[in-house]
Amino acid sequence: MSKKNWYALLAILLIGAMALTACGGQEPATEVAPEGGKSEVEVFSWWTGGGEAAGLEAMIAIFNEKYPDIEFINATVAGGAGTNARAVLATRLQAGDAPDSWQGHAGQELIGTYVAADQIEPLNFLYEENGWLEVMPATLIPLISQNDNIYSVPVNIHRANVLWYNPKILDENGIAVPTTMDEWFAAMDALKAAGVETPLAMGEQWTAMHLLETVLLGSMDPAAYNGLWDGSTAWDGPEVKAAIENFERILTYTNSDATSLSWQDASQLVVEGDAAFNVMGDWAEGYFRELGKAPNADYGWAPVPGTGGTFQFLSDSFVMAKNAPHRDACIAWLTVAGSKEGQDAFNPVKGSIPARSDGDRNLYGEYLQSAMDDWASDVVVGSLTHGVVANDSWKTEIDTALGLYLGSGDIAAFQSALAAACATSGPCK
Amino acid sequence: MNRSRSRYYWLYIPLSLMALFYLVPLYVMLVTGFKGFEEVSLQTMWSLPKTGIHFDNFTEAGTKLAPYFWNSLKMVIPAAIISSIVGSLNGYVLSKWKFKGADIIFPLILFGMFIPYQSILIPLVEFMRRINLYGTIPGLVLTHVIYGIPITTLTFRNYYATVPTELVEAARIDGAGLMGIYRYVLLPISIPSFVVVIIWQFTSAWNDYLFAVALTDPQHWPITVGLNNMAGSQIIAWNVQMAGSFLAALPTLLVYLFLGRYFLRGLMAGALKG
Amino acid sequence: MRLDKDKILSILLVMPSILAVMIFVYGFILWSGRVSLSQWKGLLPNYEWAGLQNYINLFNDPRFHIDVRNTFIFTVLFVFGSLILGLMLAVMLDQGLRGESFFRTVFLFPMAISYIVTGVVWRWLMNPAQGERMSGFNILFERLGLDFLINQWHTTPGWGIAFIAVPAIWQMSGYVMALYLGGLRSIPEPLREAARVDGATELKIYFHVILPLLRPITLSAMIILGHISLKVFDLIVAIAGKQVALDVPAVYMWQTTFDGYFFNRGASIGILLLLSVAVLVIPYLRYSLRSEAEL
Repeated sequence: MSKKNWYALLAILLIGAMALTACGGQEPATEVAPEGGKSEVEVFSWWTGGGEAAGLEAMIAIFNEKYPDIEFINATVAGGAGTNARAVLATRLQAGDAPDSWQGHAGQELIGTYVAADQIEPLNFLYEENGWLEVMPATLIPLISQNDNIYSVPVNIHRANVLWYNPKILDENGIAVPTTMDEWFAAMDALKAAGVETPLAMGEQWTAMHLLETVLLGSMDPAAYNGLWDGSTAWDGPEVKAAIENFERILTYTNSDATSLSWQDASQLVVEGDAAFNVMGDWAEGYFRELGKAPNADYGWAPVPGTGGTFQFLSDSFVMAKNAPHRDACIAWLTVAGSKEGQDAFNPVKGSIPARSDGDRNLYGEYLQSAMDDWASDVVVGSLTHGVVANDSWKTEIDTALGLYLGSGDIAAFQSALAAACATSGPCK
Repeated sequence: MNRSRSRYYWLYIPLSLMALFYLVPLYVMLVTGFKGFEEVSLQTMWSLPKTGIHFDNFTEAGTKLAPYFWNSLKMVIPAAIISSIVGSLNGYVLSKWKFKGADIIFPLILFGMFIPYQSILIPLVEFMRRINLYGTIPGLVLTHVIYGIPITTLTFRNYYATVPTELVEAARIDGAGLMGIYRYVLLPISIPSFVVVIIWQFTSAWNDYLFAVALTDPQHWPITVGLNNMAGSQIIAWNVQMAGSFLAALPTLLVYLFLGRYFLRGLMAGALKG
Repeated sequence: MRLDKDKILSILLVMPSILAVMIFVYGFILWSGRVSLSQWKGLLPNYEWAGLQNYINLFNDPRFHIDVRNTFIFTVLFVFGSLILGLMLAVMLDQGLRGESFFRTVFLFPMAISYIVTGVVWRWLMNPAQGERMSGFNILFERLGLDFLINQWHTTPGWGIAFIAVPAIWQMSGYVMALYLGGLRSIPEPLREAARVDGATELKIYFHVILPLLRPITLSAMIILGHISLKVFDLIVAIAGKQVALDVPAVYMWQTTFDGYFFNRGASIGILLLLSVAVLVIPYLRYSLRSEAEL
């Protein structure tokens, strides 16, 4: 190319740059312009797509209707069940630039991280003003509190211990829905013998942790399970040993390509008839419906064997930053998030049940109605994978122990690593 | 090039096979982007769309991504231009005006290329907040310019090192100063290096996710963040996602398609030879 | 007088860059180093002294052992794979075939796209499912009758990381090709002619005349590829998520810092990464600056 052409090229690039920087330079002026005395509230979440984002939009619509003077700034960061979002949030909080309100899984994920660092404000006054204590289950409140201070407003409830199954495969092989671990093993043995390649579908590593927490619950009674998280059940004791042995056996029924599948891919195997069972939270139901599958015909559900009568829950909730930049607007937002109207707008779209027990049943589908019944009557325990029972440090240590076990298959090392994790990051001494 | 036309026609076979391999991901992306939602499944990833060509995926993705697209352009173009100017001046001084200690400074600057960026995220955010650039596009531009200093300086320094010192000396005897020599002797011959550096910085700033997600607020998110957010954390419409991926890759693809030859010529002119 | 003014001006010109690098590179490294010697666990800073405890813990951490092994396997395959493939492509393109610029563009374009964009596609392509659910490359192999190529890709027990090198090579081999092609084109034709006159075959010319001349390019390509492979992060997360079997230091660092709030451990991993990069890079920098001085 001749020198002349090089010059032309460079000139074009430079002019383009000037034009764009010029636009860029003017832009802040329009932004800085005062917004007619409008207040704002910045809410940080990881709901960027699908039913979650639509549910949030529905809640924002109610907020805008009630508080037309407050601008709602919807700050969302996607990816990996909120891990990218939490990293961004961590850097913002360390830099002292807190959003007014942010999303977090109710329970130790919030308490162990943000309460411990004195970043969020107790919300008891909101609960009293709005009468939320009367409409939210009494078993839920201690799980989202510390020292009698309630730190978040839960907007929804998901159930973790759900066994999804393919009714056709079970019928064809004359298998009843298992209710105990032993029945489950027998069922999966029978399926394997009948030539079903994958009795139980599993996905990437976090879905294995999800499976593990339900097996822990299914292998001991709820009180012992709760004891794991306050230090009263020993991690190196016989209950955990039995649970890990069950887990080891269960893994033998799973698909060999598990690590390459997302939870969606794994759940889809059940409704497509490629697998008989899958253990996944009840957000899977929303996905099945999106795929055009019908409840009870294409998929059925039951508590994970051994966990009947227990509701292992997780909840998305919102907090208020200590010294929130727009405190009044933030209170307005949290009031909407905890209201019946707000929760009944959000949950049917998101595919979860309201944390309030007075939700309008008619808005919810067949599965969700059954979950509302169980939520009202079952013993409630918390999920590990989804932030209720263990703080984030502890959870990542368990995740590492699990990942090492999945590679090595060494259950003794796994159990001692779990015990060590509780000692370094949990309540164990 | 006066080399005679090759006799090795059989080379077309391995070359074409390799070209197919390089194009496979692009094919899958496009084919999926044109499918309907129900059609997308792993088993049929190779087949062409059956229910007609769904252009609406691209319009849907385009509408969602448009604001982020402009943010990216506003960030990337200044970043690439400023980087190249900074790199050129550094390269000039460090190759032709070696002051005392220049030979220590240069490797120290170069080493900056090798740090793992995840490990410096926290002080970076803190620093940007202190200088009031946190959350803004200028802050992100500054970050890309600074972490681009090593590679741009290296490129220009190595290129200028090939310029005979006699040329510089002659200009100096003619009375030209520091800036005069730069303007009249080096700048006119540095265009190949400018092209290489601008393309390089354009691509890396365009494709960056880590700095973008950590340093900008929602109004200023560039396209990589927008694209990642489109996926949502639960149910993903892969056809729209793939259409969006293609749109997000389009500017860099076009840059390589139309300017790739100049980039290669710049490289061949010794610009990136280390 | 004139010269002195220029000297000051020259220092002023590079000063902003030097300052920026001092803060953004060395300042931040110092900060990381300090954190790596602290007890900081949890959201807010805690600079209490911990000595070398975090490093000792890492050396005893089975997950970190996996990281080191994975990084080693990945680096070797990625660096040599890219070099060999890049060189082969460059030599083929150096033959002056028609359509050269088309092939060059095709081989170079992967460099233009980030893994945010192509990660999912690669995950699909390397799907390891067998039987009825077979897809990706495996089903292609089956249809082409290349059944022996069907494999478990990155889910291969123990060696999964080796397959992650495939998309990495896909992305960077074009760049290596460009570097080599530049080198080949700068070798004067008379040199080849002379060898031909001496009766050397084309193959011999490549091995005995040309390859030795390309050694500086090989070295700098190795450095660039090597440090990319030590820092590899997006690619692994996009294809494999966060799983210990395919763990590498950068992923562990991210996860332990931002998911688990072990800032002390994350910083230690960062410093160890930097040290290994330094071991790789500093001898190279010394070598190239010295050989330059000799010129």
